[in-house]
Formats: sequence, structure tokens, C-alpha cells
Amino acid sequence: MKLVNKILRGDVGAASRLMKDIEDEAPDATDELKKLYPHTGKAYVVGVTGAPGVGKSTLIDTLIKVFCQGAMKVGVIAIDPSSPFTGGAILGDRIRMKYFSKDQSVFIRSIATRGWTGGLSKHTLSMIHVMDAMGKDIVLVETVGSGQVEIDITKIADTSIVALCPGGGDEIQTMKGGILEAADILVVNKADREGADDLKLKLEIMINRRIYSPDQWKPGVFLTQASNGAGVAELMEEIFRHKDFLITSGGLRANREKRARIGLHEAIRSYVENYISEKIANNTYLDNLISDIAERKTDPYSAVSEITDKLIGTTIK
Amino acid sequence: MKGQKRIKVLMAMPALESHTRGLFTVASMFRDAGMEVVLLGNELPERIVDTALQEAVDVVGISTYCGSPVVFGRDLLKYAEDKGIKKNTAFIIGGIFPPKDEPTLKEMGFCGVFPPGPGATREKIIACVEGAVKK
Ligand SMILES: Nc1nc2c(ncn2[C@@H]2O[C@H](COP(=O)(O)OP(=O)(O)OP(=O)(O)O)[C@@H](O)[C@H]2O)c(=O)[nH]1
Ligand SMILES: [Mg+2]
Repeated sequence: MKLVNKILRGDVGAASRLMKDIEDEAPDATDELKKLYPHTGKAYVVGVTGAPGVGKSTLIDTLIKVFCQGAMKVGVIAIDPSSPFTGGAILGDRIRMKYFSKDQSVFIRSIATRGWTGGLSKHTLSMIHVMDAMGKDIVLVETVGSGQVEIDITKIADTSIVALCPGGGDEIQTMKGGILEAADILVVNKADREGADDLKLKLEIMINRRIYSPDQWKPGVFLTQASNGAGVAELMEEIFRHKDFLITSGGLRANREKRARIGLHEAIRSYVENYISEKIANNTYLDNLISDIAERKTDPYSAVSEITDKLIGTTIK
Repeated sequence: MKGQKRIKVLMAMPALESHTRGLFTVASMFRDAGMEVVLLGNELPERIVDTALQEAVDVVGISTYCGSPVVFGRDLLKYAEDKGIKKNTAFIIGGIFPPKDEPTLKEMGFCGVFPPGPGATREKIIACVEGAVKK
């Protein structure tokens, strides 16, 4: 049977191998993705972002459970940073994701950023496509935990959850970074800790200070205790309330276009980068240009025009 | 598409083990050698294999201190065989176990067996993994 057909039937091994090829940028991966693409577009994508240690993985674990109880098939993409020095990575999110379904309806994949910034990995979107094609109803994406809000996830998720917890110390810092713009739902996790109600209140005040038009989604703040599941059923309901809102407001279609736009941009960027590294960087041409730039014989702006000229036959001014 | 390949390792230990230090030490070692390491913690053999399948890892590393590695290892490799990942995955095991288990573990399919002592150096463990993945 062809790889694509296996994936469409939900074959874990086949999907998993393709994901590996996508990450390693193996030559055949693009062809397989081309064949899969017409079968995608059904999965609902939920992003979970927030500072390190707020409980994103634990929260996802309990969400998996409630989704499964609702007979939904769940995919998870958990992203952790690669070391900028060695390129190695510890992918530790899975240690918290203990929920297990015997029927393999939950598929979790850990990936490293491999130098990609913005809290995602270069191939997150393609990974989502594979899970989508496998028949996952929901794909949860956990971004890298970082001090600031990782906005990139909002570009590919249907619902973006920003998680905070009391006593992080940098909560106010996080608020500055534009979480209200980024979040469809705000979660105050570790509700068992002191200060949770306070933080919730602060966030609600911030939200209420903003002006939302009647056709605009207004984010709500939810208290959860991911470690024992408290509040997570309500969180799931809110996700579906947001989904319904997107369906009636046309936002779901807009999200698809948003993803298509990013997918195209990334494909172009990837193509250009690979073209340059294969066709240009391999010979001395680029080295000569670089030393010319360093010696002020030319400038980087003229050099890039020269390169794009070679690349597509047109000079980009 | 063309990019860098990286060795991906799954690190786990049998259920009920409480000595996590070995697992984390070896995981950091692999990371520093440029590998990507999925941490799993305590798990049953069946779940370790299911995870290895989902993660498409090249290597499964088991850290064991108090269990019976032979029984655990046999179960693990049997599930791996059933799920069709035994052939393309390198299995290694390290920790504390009687020397007499070493040949048994090798025989059943662990390509690297590291009881404590001079055989379990950083260089040797990494060389073993890199060698196994190349094959
Ligand atoms: N008290 C309390 N602790 C929690 C709760 N939820 C998670 N934790 C703990 O918080 C710690 C971090 O949880 P994770 O789920 O790994 O957090 P994370 O945001 O995924 O962390 P990174 O992926 O490293 O950024 C763990 O020790 C959890 O057990 C909660 O509701 N209450
Ligand atoms: Mg996490």
C-alpha cells in the first residue's frame, strides 16, 4: 500500500516516518506532502503557549483526556528548543503526558526547534497536515516555553490558549508582551496556589479596559489545576464555544487562508534557502561576494540583487 | 527539501524505578553530542514501544537500577518486534544489574549493554549509538 493511503487510514508508523522525513528534509517528503494536502483541512488546531513551567504539558495531558472522553481523536505536537551550541535537544514535554489510549487514537510527537525562532519549529505546519490527514479531530500544539509570548502560534492555531500561573514573578512581564492580542483564551493554571484569583482578576481588568466590537471575540480567563484536572472540562467547553464563534463569524475560513498564506511563505523561504545553500553557497561565489562586501567593494544590497537575479532572472530592487 | 539529519533517542526506565539520575545524565550526554532526546520516565514496555513508534526514534535507551532487566528487556523487544520497529531501532540498556545478565541481554537484541564500570564511559556509549544508527 502507498504511504499516503496508509496515513489516511491512520497508520501510526507511516505517519511517524513521514514526519521524520519532513524534519530531516528528505527529498521525497515534499512529494508525499503534495499527495496528502488535498486530504487535510479538517482538524481543529489548538495552540498552547506560555512561560516555562506554567504547566502547558500537564494541561495538554488533561485536555487529551477530556477530548478522548468525547470520542475525539487527538494529535499533539510538543516543541522544545534545540541547543544553539550543539544542535541537540531534550524533549521533555512527554514526561507529563501520561494519558494513554489503548486504541492509538492519541498521537504525540515531540519536536525540536532546530534553530527556528518564534516558539515553533520550521515544519510545524507540515506536521499538523500529517496528523490532520490521519484523521485527528483536534491537534494540540505546545510551543516552546519562553519569557515572552510566542506569537507565531496564533498564526497557525484556530484557538490560541495563553497559560499563566501565579507566582511566576514575570507575569506582569508576560502581560506587557501582548498576550491579550495573542490569546483567544487565557488560562491561570496552578489555581491551587496563592495568588491565582488575584491574577485572574488582574487579567480580567486588563481585558475589560479594551474595547471589543460586538463581532469581536473577547477572551475569557479560566482557572485550572492541570495536575488534577480541575477546570479543564470548562476549558474544553470554552474551546468549543470559540470554535462555534469562528464558524458563525467566518473566522474558520479566514484561519484556513491564514495557514495557507504561511504555508506558502514557508515553502518559498525554504526553497530559496535551499537553493542558495545548494547552488550558491557550495561554490566560492558567495565567499567572494562576502569578502567584497567586507572590503566595501560592493554592498549587501547590491549583492542580494545579484543573487536574486541569478535565482529568478529578475532583479529585485 | 534537504536538511540536517539528527539522531533521535528515546530514554525511559521501567515502571517503579526511582533512580532518575542515570537517565538524566545519559540524556544530557546525548544532547551534548547533538542528538535529540525524548524523555519518557517510568513506563511499561508496551508504552515505550508505542512511544518509540510515534516519535520515530533511532535509538531506545533503558536505564534500570532495581528491576530485572532480562524480563523487562524480553518484553520490550517482543513488543518492538510485534510493532515492526525492532529491525530499524537500536536498543541499549544501562544501569545496575548482575554481570551474568550482560550476555543474555546482548543475545536478545540489545546492541549496547552498559553495566557500571569502565565499559560505560561517555565515549563508549556515544560511539555505540552512533555506530548502531549508521548501520
Ligand atoms: N501546584 C500545581 N502544580 C502544577 C499544576 N499543573 C502543573 N503543575 C506542575 O508544574 C510543573 C511544570 O509543569 P509542565 O506541564 O511541565 O509545564 P510546561 O509549561 O509544559 O513546562 P515547559 O514545557 O518546560 O515550558 C510540573 O512539576 C507540574 O507537575 C497545577 O495545577 N498546580
Ligand atoms: Mg512542557
